[in-house]
Amino acid sequence: MSEIKANFLLAKDGFSLDVSFSLPEKGITALFGQSGSGKTTILRCIAGLEVPDHGGLKVGEEIWQDKNYFAPVHKRDVGYVFQDANLFEHLTIEKNLHYGLKRSSKKTNLSAFEDTVQWLRIGHLLSRKPSALSGGQRQRVAIARALLCQPKLLLMDEPLASLDLQSKSEILPYLESLQTKLSIPIIYVSHSPNEVVRIADHMLLLKHGKVLASGAVNDLMTRTDLPLAHLEEACSVVTGKVMSHDQEYHLTYINLIGGIVAVSRLDLCQGQPVKVRIVAKDVSLSLAPGEHSTITNIFPVRVVELTKTHDPAKLIVKLDMGQEYLLAQITVKSAATLHIQANQLVYAQVKSVALIS
Amino acid sequence: MIETTIETTLQTLDTTPIWLSIKLASLTTVILLLITIPFSYWLYQKGRRVKSFFTALASLPLVLPPSVLGFYLLMLMGSNGPIGMLSTQLDIQLLAFSFPGLVIASVIYSFPFALQPIQNAFESMGKKPLEAAATLRASPVDRFFTIALPLAKPGILTAAVLSFAHTMGEFGVILMIGGNIPGETKVLSVAIYDHVEALEYDQAYILSGGMLLFSFVVLFTLYYLNNPSLSQEKTR
Repeated sequence: MSEIKANFLLAKDGFSLDVSFSLPEKGITALFGQSGSGKTTILRCIAGLEVPDHGGLKVGEEIWQDKNYFAPVHKRDVGYVFQDANLFEHLTIEKNLHYGLKRSSKKTNLSAFEDTVQWLRIGHLLSRKPSALSGGQRQRVAIARALLCQPKLLLMDEPLASLDLQSKSEILPYLESLQTKLSIPIIYVSHSPNEVVRIADHMLLLKHGKVLASGAVNDLMTRTDLPLAHLEEACSVVTGKVMSHDQEYHLTYINLIGGIVAVSRLDLCQGQPVKVRIVAKDVSLSLAPGEHSTITNIFPVRVVELTKTHDPAKLIVKLDMGQEYLLAQITVKSAATLHIQANQLVYAQVKSVALIS
Repeated sequence: MIETTIETTLQTLDTTPIWLSIKLASLTTVILLLITIPFSYWLYQKGRRVKSFFTALASLPLVLPPSVLGFYLLMLMGSNGPIGMLSTQLDIQLLAFSFPGLVIASVIYSFPFALQPIQNAFESMGKKPLEAAATLRASPVDRFFTIALPLAKPGILTAAVLSFAHTMGEFGVILMIGGNIPGETKVLSVAIYDHVEALEYDQAYILSGGMLLFSFVVLFTLYYLNNPSLSQEKTR
C-alpha cells in the first residue's frame, strides 16, 4: 500500500546525515537514538522542512523527492506533530483545528471532526487560545490538528519530551491506541527506550547520522551487539494472550510462548492479545525449576549468548523462549557458579512484568 | 486681556501647515508599511550576510545628520541631478521643492523606524509557526497572510505609529529638499521656525504646545499597545 523508501544525504553545521532505509506500510516505526543522531533531521527531511543535499523519497506510489524533483512541504500528504505542539498562538483552538482541515484536499465530513475532538477530549477547549492550555492539552490539540488533514503518513517529533510526568501519562494512552485507530504508517522520534517499547513495533536505530540497525522492536532490544541491550533499563518485549483471572488473589494470568506470567488483575477479556515488558534486571537464572516456586513466572529457556557489559561484575544473557527472546542481567559470579554457557537449557525466573498494551 | 490675545492669535493662525504635516505623515506611513512589510519578510528568510547588508543600508538615516540626507536628495532631485533631469525630460513636475518630493524624502528618512519593529516582529516569531502551517498544506503566500502577518501585528502597529510621529517631527530634511512654500512644503515644524524668525511667539507657542501634546499621546499609545503581554497577564 504505502511502503516508505528513503535516502538522505546532508551535511550542515558540522553534522552529517547519510541514511537509506525503507519502512513498513503500517504500524509505528520509532526513530531511536541519542540527541545528535539525526532523528529529527530525518523527520524534517521526510516532511520537506529540511532540504537534503541529495536524497530520494517515495511514499507508496508517490514520489516526493528524487534527483530532479522536490515536493514543497505543503504538497506533501503528511501530518506533523511537533515536540512543543507549535499551535498558532493568534488563533483559537477551533481555528487551529480548522486550519489544516480547510486546506486539505480530502473532504473531511463533520463527523470526522467530532470524532477526533471527542477522542482526544478537547471539545471544551475549542473557544480558548493556546496560551490558556496546559502542556498536555496543547499536545492533544496538536495531534488532532495533524490527524484532521487525513494524512498519508503521520510524523511525530518527540511529542512527550517537553511534557511533565503527569501530562506524559495523559498523552501516552492516545499514542498507544493510534496504531489501532489509524491505518497509516506513523514515524515516531524518541530517545526514550521506555516510550519506544510501549508505542512502536518497528525501529530504526540511529547513531551519528547513520542507521545502525532496523527491525522489529524486540529483535533490536535483545540484540546484544547493539547499545540497547546494554542500557541500564535494558528489557525485552514479548507478546501473549490473556489466559484467565484469579479472583482470590486479584491476578491475571497471561500466556506467553514460553510459559505463564501473573500480573495484577486487569480488566481484559480472555484471549485478548497483549504485550508485556520484562526488564533484564528482573530476570534471574537457575538450573532447576525450584521446588517451592509456582508454575508461573518461570520459563524453560535456552541460553543464546553471554555478553560483557560496561560493568565488569555483570553479564547480559540472551535467552531463547522459543521464537521470542528474553534478556537477563546477572552477575559474573552467579554465571560462574551455575556454569552457564551458550546453548545450555536453564530456567528463567521473572520477578515482575509490566503490561504495556 | 491675555484670553483675548490667545483668541485673536487662534483666529489669525494659519492651520494649513498642520494639515499639510498630517497629510505628509499619513501618506508616508501608508507607503512605508506597503514597502517595509514585504521587504522585512523577504529579509527574514535570507541568510545573515544579506540581512545585515540591507538592514545597515536601510538604517543609514538613523545615524546620518538630516542635513546630509537632505543634501544628497536635493542633489538627486534638483534640476541638475539625475532624477531632476529625468523629470525635465519627461516634462513632469520637478521633485525638489514639491510635495511629492517631500513624501519621497520622508519615506527614506523614516525607513528605519518602520523597518526595525516589523523586522523584530518576524524574527521573534521564528520559523516554527510557518513550518507548522506548511505541514498543514498552506502555500507560501497563504502562510504570509494567515500566519506571519497576524503574528507580526504588534510590530506593524509600532512601525505605523513611529513612522507617523517621526515624519511629523521632521525638520532638517524638509528644509533642505522642500524649502518653505506655503500650502506645498511648509509643514508644521517649518512653520514654527518661521514664526520664531518673525518674532511671532504666540503662534509658535500654540503650535509647539500642540506638537508636544501630540507627541506625548503618540508615545503613550505606542507603549500601551506594545505591552500586550502585561495586559494579558492581568486578565488571566
